[in-house]
Amino acid sequence: MTIRVKFFASLREQITDPKTEVDGALVKTISDVWKQATDHPMPPHVLCSVNLEHKDATEPVNDGDEVAFFPPITGG
Amino acid sequence: MPVLIKPESFDPASLQKAHEASMSAGDFGATASFTGTMRNFNEGDDVTGMMLEHYPGMTEKELEAVISDARSKWDIQDALIVHRVGDISPGEPIVLTVVWSAHRAAAFDACRFLMEALKSRAPFWKKETLKDGSHRWVEKNTPGYS
Repeated sequence: MTIRVKFFASLREQITDPKTEVDGALVKTISDVWKQATDHPMPPHVLCSVNLEHKDATEPVNDGDEVAFFPPITGG
Repeated sequence: MPVLIKPESFDPASLQKAHEASMSAGDFGATASFTGTMRNFNEGDDVTGMMLEHYPGMTEKELEAVISDARSKWDIQDALIVHRVGDISPGEPIVLTVVWSAHRAAAFDACRFLMEALKSRAPFWKKETLKDGSHRWVEKNTPGYS
């Protein structure tokens, strides 16, 4: 099983060749997913979500999850 | 549908009126609306255009949650949130929030709440085009409550 990984906005442009999927057996938390998906250090203020819900980077992940990383929100 | 993501320009008054047509006349006594439009300046620079990115699926979910939270805090009849995505020109509407309620207090307060909550929770990101043709991501929103 795999975990799908998405990057949005400025993060997507900054990170070169990120993995779009990581092996679920290799990761326990959202932070682990970041480390598997890219060699870039996680910048401060990065926001995370799992299955379309805001989460902290310390929270756990499971096989089949969709994990997303994005910069602070600037809509409205 | 109380939440609309629009990839093309929209007319706030028309969308408000269209939504209101689905409601029973006389069921509400107060309507508060807010429209945010694109400025041609930001942080001291001339801005000629903007691209608004979102996270399909999560954005709609968060906007619906914002309306649900407003319903739990105030006695409101209905609410509407419309938000642009894609390429936007100065003067075009970016966001519309509308609240219908029996009395003005709930309409005013809930409408403000919708705006402030969506700005911190709904995943949208703005990328500006400046007068010299360069691009930059907007890094943070301006504070709403001073």
